Amino acid sequence: MQNSYFELIQIENNTFSFSLFNNWNNQTLSSTIKELENQNLSKESKLIVDFQGLSECDNSAIIYLISFFRTFQEQNITLHLDKYEDIYRFYEKHYQDNSLDMKDEESTLERIGKKVYEAYKESINFIDFVGKVFYYFIYSLFNPKKIRFQAMLKYIDTSAINALLIVGLTSFLVGVVIAYQGAVQLEKFGANIFIVEMICITMFREIAPLVTAIVIAGRSASSYTAEIGAMKITDEIDAMRTMDFEPMLFLVLPRIFALVISLPLLVFFADIIGIFGGMVIAYLDLDVTFTEFILRMGQEVPLKHLLIGVFKSVFFGIVIAIIGCYRGFQVQNNTTSIGKYTTKSVVNAIFVVIALNAIFSVILTQIGI
Amino acid sequence: MEIVKVNNLSTIFGKNIVHDDISFHINEKEIFGILGGSGSGKTVLVKQIVMLDSIQKGSIEILGEDISDLDLNQSQDLKQQFSYLFQFGALYSFLNVIENISVMLKEYTDLPADLIEKIAYTNLEIVGLPKSCALLYPSQLSGGMKKRVALARSLAMQPRILFLDEPTSGLDPVSTQKINELIIQLRNMLNITIVVITHDLETIKTVLDRFIILKQKIIFDGNITQALNSQDKFIKDFLTNKGK
Repeated sequence: MQNSYFELIQIENNTFSFSLFNNWNNQTLSSTIKELENQNLSKESKLIVDFQGLSECDNSAIIYLISFFRTFQEQNITLHLDKYEDIYRFYEKHYQDNSLDMKDEESTLERIGKKVYEAYKESINFIDFVGKVFYYFIYSLFNPKKIRFQAMLKYIDTSAINALLIVGLTSFLVGVVIAYQGAVQLEKFGANIFIVEMICITMFREIAPLVTAIVIAGRSASSYTAEIGAMKITDEIDAMRTMDFEPMLFLVLPRIFALVISLPLLVFFADIIGIFGGMVIAYLDLDVTFTEFILRMGQEVPLKHLLIGVFKSVFFGIVIAIIGCYRGFQVQNNTTSIGKYTTKSVVNAIFVVIALNAIFSVILTQIGI
Repeated sequence: MEIVKVNNLSTIFGKNIVHDDISFHINEKEIFGILGGSGSGKTVLVKQIVMLDSIQKGSIEILGEDISDLDLNQSQDLKQQFSYLFQFGALYSFLNVIENISVMLKEYTDLPADLIEKIAYTNLEIVGLPKSCALLYPSQLSGGMKKRVALARSLAMQPRILFLDEPTSGLDPVSTQKINELIIQLRNMLNITIVVITHDLETIKTVLDRFIILKQKIIFDGNITQALNSQDKFIKDFLTNKGK
């Protein structure tokens, strides 16, 4: 058998002369490997290998040859390495097989166990984190000098003031849609004026707090996670700890305070814009003028609905900020984990906001408010 | 043969003149050092050579080709001729150690997967890391280990030119010595040209065939014996006091 890369000649029974030619490198090697595998060599074959005709040879080829010769018995291989002596011996010394002493695949039960344990540990971690936040909250109440007012104002600026446009736009559209759908139904009964109660109560009590909280959860939970996560990767958090700047006081509490203060205000803003959207539709579709609308709102819509909505949003602010920060601290020292935990933080924050809203709805209705 | 040639290169960042009209060449199969104080533009220079940073003024030739006018195919071919060891490893964090080492072989050759793994494991052994870290991810490795994995990754494709950005910084003395020995062995056996950015005096004295010292201009070009006989105070200080 001969091709341009090697020649294999049977000298006597089960003894072969194996000469290498040309340039063996990682681009040409794979076809040669296939051809060599097709030769009828057995484990007991004796090989006399001659490197003399080889013009060039890279490390892939050397490593392949070493692994190839290892399939034979060592005493049956005679090597004439020529100028490749050094490189061959070097790689032979360092040659390492790819077999790992891997453990058997884990069973389903083992996997379930691991998952459950991880979930258990994560919930303990989360409770621990919330506990710390609470501890430092109480601590800062007694040491008001430790409250970072400037940082807090900065976060109010980035998380609330910069979000005014998107919050306004979303609640306007939602207000318009609710009024529009409601108008069609009310017109059938000639109960045009009831549009006021319908829009105001749904907007004040449920829609404005929920929509605002979801927008802020998407906007701020993600940015809190990414900011804190990036600080963790660059060891800034550890640096802060060594300087005795407690991350809870410097990073977490200002963000929580910022959302606790600004979310109720944003909700109030969303109330106004959403109702305005409803008013526009009420005027265009049902001929309810702005004055009529506002007068009826003052007479027929109890203040408690507005207060409930604003009250709920305080809790939404707390959970959004806590989840955003908590996920940020979970980021590990690699680039993929920032994306992973940012996603988790947004999904968690939106879900918790919706779940919390449901709980509030049930409790408040049950106690008759 | 001159494998890399830098002609009248100038680089300015804002008001800061980093390189002022520098010219030098690197011969084939030599271990060439680029030295200079912090901020003297060593890394910038090497990044310009490997086509990461653009050239502001002057020209660079690699293997006889001017790198500023290459089309896509030519630059791909050229890029496979060299590999770059980044200062902090720059391992892909979503791949484990073995996958990191074999990534180039998987992409650019059609070798069987089994052989690629063998090549990766062998290179892991060469840089002195145990088999047990083969399946770890970069975030689980120490700084020195990352660097050695990155070195294994640069070696796997057997480049013609190997650029090493501070290969021994952050390593313990024993590992430093081993890496230094390895650099010499690789050059002797694999016929590769190695360009080293280093601050390590031991590396400068034992490993480098020839080096330049940058300080806006090239203030020295030659070997260690010539450098030690130099009358220039900066060069003397640089090679004696620094690091000891």
